[in-house]
Amino acid sequence: MQSLGMQVLFQGTNFLRLLQGLWVSLKIAVISMALSILLGIFLGIIMNSKKKWVKALCRIYLEIVRIMPQLVLLFLVYFGASKHLGMNLSGELSAVIVFTFWGTAEMGDLVRSALISIPKHQYESGYALGMTERQVFLRIIIPQTIRRLIPSIMNLLTRMIKTTSLVVLIGVVEVVKVGKQIIDASRFTTPSAAFWVYGMIFFLYFAVCFPFSKAAAILERKLRD
Amino acid sequence: MKESSILQINHLKKSYEDGLAVLKDVSFSMEKGEVVVIVGPSGCGKSTFLRCLNLLESVDSGEILLNGKDILKDRKEAYAVRQKIGMVFQSYELFPHMTILENVVLAPCLVQKREKAQAVLEAEKLLERVGLLEKRDAYPRQLSGGQKQRAAIVRSLIMHPELLLLDEITAALDPEMVREVLQVVLELARDGMTMLIVTHEMEFARAVADRVIFMDGGCIVEENAPEEFFQYPKSERAKQFLNTFHYEALEI
Amino acid sequence: MDFGFIRESIPLYVDAALLTARIALIGILLSGMIGFICCIIRVMRIPVLRQAAAAYIELSRNTPLLVQLFFLYFGLPRVGIVLSSEACAVIGLAFLGGSYMAEAFRSGMDAVSKVQIESGLSLGMKPMQVFFHIMLPQAVTTSIPVFCANIIFLIKETSVFSAVALADLVFVAKDLIGISYRTDEALLMLVIAYLILLLPISIICSLIERRVRYAEFGNAGVVSGH
Repeated sequence: MQSLGMQVLFQGTNFLRLLQGLWVSLKIAVISMALSILLGIFLGIIMNSKKKWVKALCRIYLEIVRIMPQLVLLFLVYFGASKHLGMNLSGELSAVIVFTFWGTAEMGDLVRSALISIPKHQYESGYALGMTERQVFLRIIIPQTIRRLIPSIMNLLTRMIKTTSLVVLIGVVEVVKVGKQIIDASRFTTPSAAFWVYGMIFFLYFAVCFPFSKAAAILERKLRD
Repeated sequence: MKESSILQINHLKKSYEDGLAVLKDVSFSMEKGEVVVIVGPSGCGKSTFLRCLNLLESVDSGEILLNGKDILKDRKEAYAVRQKIGMVFQSYELFPHMTILENVVLAPCLVQKREKAQAVLEAEKLLERVGLLEKRDAYPRQLSGGQKQRAAIVRSLIMHPELLLLDEITAALDPEMVREVLQVVLELARDGMTMLIVTHEMEFARAVADRVIFMDGGCIVEENAPEEFFQYPKSERAKQFLNTFHYEALEI
Repeated sequence: MDFGFIRESIPLYVDAALLTARIALIGILLSGMIGFICCIIRVMRIPVLRQAAAAYIELSRNTPLLVQLFFLYFGLPRVGIVLSSEACAVIGLAFLGGSYMAEAFRSGMDAVSKVQIESGLSLGMKPMQVFFHIMLPQAVTTSIPVFCANIIFLIKETSVFSAVALADLVFVAKDLIGISYRTDEALLMLVIAYLILLLPISIICSLIERRVRYAEFGNAGVVSGH
């Protein structure tokens, strides 16, 4: 009976459809991540500004992201924006907007702390060698910052990928939704389909996220030595 | 082996996992009340040797006899052995989450099951002796390096060890604090404490030692009385080592 | 904005918030326990259990809570294990949070230097005594910021519980949007509810973090070990 249940995964194009669904989630995650990195670097540099009001604005932004669940943000954009801006945002676009909003804050904070974690001596020894401010920043500070940032970026990416599972709740047809469709279609032929399909989705997510988080952990250990 | 030997080491050998030998057949013995100083270049195995005596490192072969009993035989006895052999580390290693007094009374209460009130009383007496009584309720962070190291010595002393191991206890200190710590050690020596000391302070070694051991490349190269050793070292390697402490203007 | 409607729906949100808070509390406590057990297993190097704990941590950290919940709530009944929504929510949150708490303990333990442990041993202490009297107090203190971040993260994660038919805050909001088309009011209340739930915790956490960072042991007498 159980082996019968498992077959549902490989009937017809079922497995391929699941992978296509996963690709929808991954696309959202990768696009949001790319935007977050770009905007986050910008934000991180701004956050080290000495202007009080800039700092205050950044703090408020970060605090909102820190305490609002991503699902609530998704609802705000998906339901709220479509009503008030008169445009019907697709689920995918809403997701990219929300995840970029969230990722930029995370990324900005990472960049900020990476920048301040570079000891002052590093700047000073650059100046002592007669380098200009620009040279010190580009040749000494940035390379070290990037080295420190890469593991955090990879961790953020895995979190981003995991969080994309939420988009099923605003109607995006991704891997979980495809899974539901498969389960519904085989309701009578394979009653145990839900077990196998959700189990498979669980492992698909694992298979995608694990390499990134493992690589991040290895890089972090290397950095520490 | 003499009757009064408190510590007797026979053919101690140890190598690291990569096969590199750190201790190549080390043998020596110590009398009760004796102060022995080990000197030698970095990486000569002197710190590893001290750590072996406190069973913090595993040993490939050999014997370590404490009062005639081999402490390597029964690893389960390690906890009992360590109570008899105190150790002070280069980096003090006071427990940062406890006050000085709590640091000192932790082991007597926990390990020796002594009564807290009695342990506190003794701790206060010892702290007073090293001039730290007013710091009893301070946290390690609030102390200078020299004060921390004195407190660490007290933490070992309260266990009433038969032998005290001091592993480069002044190496992490600012120069002006070295003296206050070494003063405490000198006083302990005068009171008859048996001590095995690894140090780079040659003046101090000369002042405190009953006997000096020079180690190099995992072996004991020379054993000598301090006056002899520092003025007329027998071995060529010891001569070279002692010369590194003298600076002479380069002749051009 | 229809304030009459908002006033009427307040009790719905209060009930939902209480439900969320209760499940979050139980889930976070369980997470802490699981994390602590994983930490002991790791430090004591217990064979087999150690590999099992490592595998659990990787599984839990690399999969979304939503999928974990779907598997528990829709998948397991198909093989004869039926769990209520609440049970699924608690188990899911504890399964997710356990690994995060384990990592928090781990990073704290790693920060305790080897010589600290040796100096405990050299005083004749047994491994268990070293663990409880020297490693644990230091590890917990250094990891306070991570624990705080985890607590906030786990409370936020509770927002997906509506997916397994639990009548939480999101569930109520979605209901109001679907039934009465009061999108603005429902969303506003949702945001306010999470603000009330999380803002105080976030502020308290920031305060604690700042104190730990600047004071550590002894400077302000804040985090005295005993």
